[in-house]
Amino acid sequence: MKHIVSLVVNGRPREDAVADNMLLLDYLREVAGLTGTKRGCDGGECGACTVLIDGEPRLACITLAASCGGRTIETVEALAAEGRISRLQRAFHEKLGTQCGFCTPGMIMAAEGLLRRNPSPSEAQIRDALSGNICRCTGYVKIIESVQAAAGSE
Amino acid sequence: MSAHPGQGRQAGVPRPLIDGIEKVTGRAKYTADLLSGAPLVGRILRSPVAHGRLRGVDVSRAAALPGVRGVVTGADCDMTYGVIPIAQNEYPLARDRVRYVGEPVAAVAAVDEATAQAALDLIVLDIEPLPTYVSARDALAPGAVLLHDNKPGNIEREVRQEFGDVEAGFTAADTVREASFHYAEVTHAQMEPDCSLAQYDPERDLLTLHSTTQVPYYVHLMLAQCLKMDTSRIRVVKPFVGGGFGHRTETLNFELVAGLLARAARGTVRMELSREETQITHRGRPETDVRIRLGARKSGELTAVECEVIQRGGAYAGYGLVTILYAGALLHAIYRMPASRYHGRRVYANTSPCGAMRGHGSVDVRHAFEAVLDELAGALGLDPIAIRQANLLAAPMRTINDLQVNSYGLGECLRRVEEASGWRARHGRLGPGRGLGVGCSHYPSGSAKPVHWTGEPHAVVNLKLDFDGAVCVLTGASDIGQGSSTLIVQVVGEILGLGEERIRVTANDSAITPKDNGSYSSRVSFMVGNAAIAAAQNLKKILVDAAARRLEVSPAEVECLGETYRVAGTDRALDYPGVVAAALEDTGTITAKGTYSTPPETHGGKFRGAAVGTSAGYSYAAQVVEVAVDEDTGMIRVEKVWVAHDCGFAINPLSVEGQVQGSVWMGMGQALYEETQYHLDGRPLRANFLDYRIPTIMDSPPIEVHIVEAKDPGGPLGAKEAGEGSLAGFLPALTNAVREAVGLQLAELPASPDRVLEALQARRRADRNKQTRAR
Repeated sequence: MKHIVSLVVNGRPREDAVADNMLLLDYLREVAGLTGTKRGCDGGECGACTVLIDGEPRLACITLAASCGGRTIETVEALAAEGRISRLQRAFHEKLGTQCGFCTPGMIMAAEGLLRRNPSPSEAQIRDALSGNICRCTGYVKIIESVQAAAGSE
Repeated sequence: MSAHPGQGRQAGVPRPLIDGIEKVTGRAKYTADLLSGAPLVGRILRSPVAHGRLRGVDVSRAAALPGVRGVVTGADCDMTYGVIPIAQNEYPLARDRVRYVGEPVAAVAAVDEATAQAALDLIVLDIEPLPTYVSARDALAPGAVLLHDNKPGNIEREVRQEFGDVEAGFTAADTVREASFHYAEVTHAQMEPDCSLAQYDPERDLLTLHSTTQVPYYVHLMLAQCLKMDTSRIRVVKPFVGGGFGHRTETLNFELVAGLLARAARGTVRMELSREETQITHRGRPETDVRIRLGARKSGELTAVECEVIQRGGAYAGYGLVTILYAGALLHAIYRMPASRYHGRRVYANTSPCGAMRGHGSVDVRHAFEAVLDELAGALGLDPIAIRQANLLAAPMRTINDLQVNSYGLGECLRRVEEASGWRARHGRLGPGRGLGVGCSHYPSGSAKPVHWTGEPHAVVNLKLDFDGAVCVLTGASDIGQGSSTLIVQVVGEILGLGEERIRVTANDSAITPKDNGSYSSRVSFMVGNAAIAAAQNLKKILVDAAARRLEVSPAEVECLGETYRVAGTDRALDYPGVVAAALEDTGTITAKGTYSTPPETHGGKFRGAAVGTSAGYSYAAQVVEVAVDEDTGMIRVEKVWVAHDCGFAINPLSVEGQVQGSVWMGMGQALYEETQYHLDGRPLRANFLDYRIPTIMDSPPIEVHIVEAKDPGGPLGAKEAGEGSLAGFLPALTNAVREAVGLQLAELPASPDRVLEALQARRRADRNKQTRAR
């Protein structure tokens, strides 16, 4: 079964016919063409698909697109929308918070959710907010430094 | 900031990745992100049993399902593949026999995922079960059914090597210590699941494959072999790749299956594996048993080593013979070692095939060696750092197994971590349940002889310079996140005196870029770095000559300052665009080429297997790990790591730090948490990220990196590898710290809480029994 779902993706209202079993991840990647959001696991294990739903970090791979009617979705593509990368993106780039880059969109969106709630998080709060996001390259050291740098630059 | 800030140093300064912006904005396109039109969906049917005779694969109902555009089975490919030319014993799709759970048996291409899945469900397999062996011991047992008929005893490769006088060595020792260890199998768990996009053009018989690979050249060769296509009909492209760590250092079955399917379906197939399938594809570090015996004099000087290794290599050869040879070869080239005896056996079993994983072949043996080294130190009353310092090499030197060591910074690494960790004041004084441990490790900067020997140079880099003044680097080196493209830009910029805004990289498209063996054995910085320098020097000569012509002086009088070419000692000069115009005048677009080959003296000895372990430059690392052990729960917490890595010269210190932190941390995963595991019937038990326990950010300690630069005379600007060498040292540093904290030598890794608790309880029981007997 398909239903019409109206939602806002990265600031743009959309209306799409969506199968009831379609995951938000597949909707974003295949329907909206936003491939910045990654699939790293078979469901809810790695955090690579983290997006903001109404400002809160959520896993797109265990969220049904049909459940997102009326909601506002933000993906990594939204952060540089005005032609300038965000402070978090700049920090991840300059501090080498990204190596292979595959966990990066999810990591940045989880950190974005944190900084909106808490602009000056402690290291423990950063760790807590990113505890559902796996990175296999960095050992997390430079990820923590990146979030700290972004928080400090405000 | 000036528009062209060149002319300063480009190498030796920290630089963000040249493709970092793409990664942080989500613009980087990985294979699964290439949504070219509406590709067919490829799906693989995998063996449900670990071992059996494959008597029939009936695909008739699947092929007839509406929406199915192609079906392939083992009948469609009778060619084996494999990374080692003499050990290719694997079919892309099983024929006659299945040997592990998850081995591909058939595949379909369909218009959508649901149809593809429905088609798989319609395929009927007829498999006659055979006995399943999930341990090396069972596979080695007398009378065990052979997995491969030409491999008696299920032994893929047995290695016996002896150098020096081992008996004399142990006789000369004042103390001898021996221990045995068991290491669980671990897997790469790179973040990006496996994926290929195969585009077949039936009108022209052309195949284009985009894939998640570290070795596009090897994938190209195996596609040609298995599809029986001329190499010129194939194009292989590596897009952004989400990590590798060795998983992708050989052609993998799904890449070949994608190619077969695309040709069968006469179209484009996207083959995206699940996390579970990716983990079953495996090629990780084998389950390993090590027995090691070391002898030392009172001074701490080592006199001999004897080491026995059994690796459960899984169902197929893969890199296996290289792994078992590495385990023996890298007993050497880190400390002085006058005599050694090695016995290695690589065993077939009904588990996913193992392969190369970061620190290939060296990690488990290095742990055993360094753990027993600490026991020797204790027996001799020596400090653990002191016993290591008593055995340092003096470069240049040649080991007894013919490895050529031309630079060596281990002593400096030890000094740095000793000081940074406060070792002298803190070692042995942290109180109950806490400990500091040290471990050392090393790694080749690329094998001096590649696995696929053709006689060609080890690396080729082309530079294209055109009217726009941009230097375009054409390279086959696979950047998989380690930052190799950035490094190439830095060394080219260093030679030409140009900033990175003048330099671009086009990489990994067999239609455009020169062949490269790929990203493995830490070869890229050293070999491709050297080739890039040679190419840049050749280009510089062309530019200097052009400037000389235009300035009407001899080339020797021209000074290259990057953005300016000047007659030395005068103010007569040409700017860079002017020099480029002058250089293009007669020839048009310029291509400058650079190559690199390892020096013959680094190629190793004459004995069988001598090529493995050879390198033109070895990296060295020392690390100190601080732990807290909870004796009630068996939980080990890593408080901090101090690591020093000798990378020769840090072309990009930021990347070196990132690589070293990642290596140390991956060692921590293996030491504390990670293990694949198989049910007795061969089913994988942890093929996901919940049961395969990768450290999260909550488990991960601060890792303080110290860069040591013992310049290698053959390295690019003196550089050596930085991406693998510091992994292995973590494991012994951890267990040596645990030994200080609770007095236990753990015989099994990972040191998961259950294992630690069991060891602690076993000791309590033993202590009680001793007391009872004493009464």
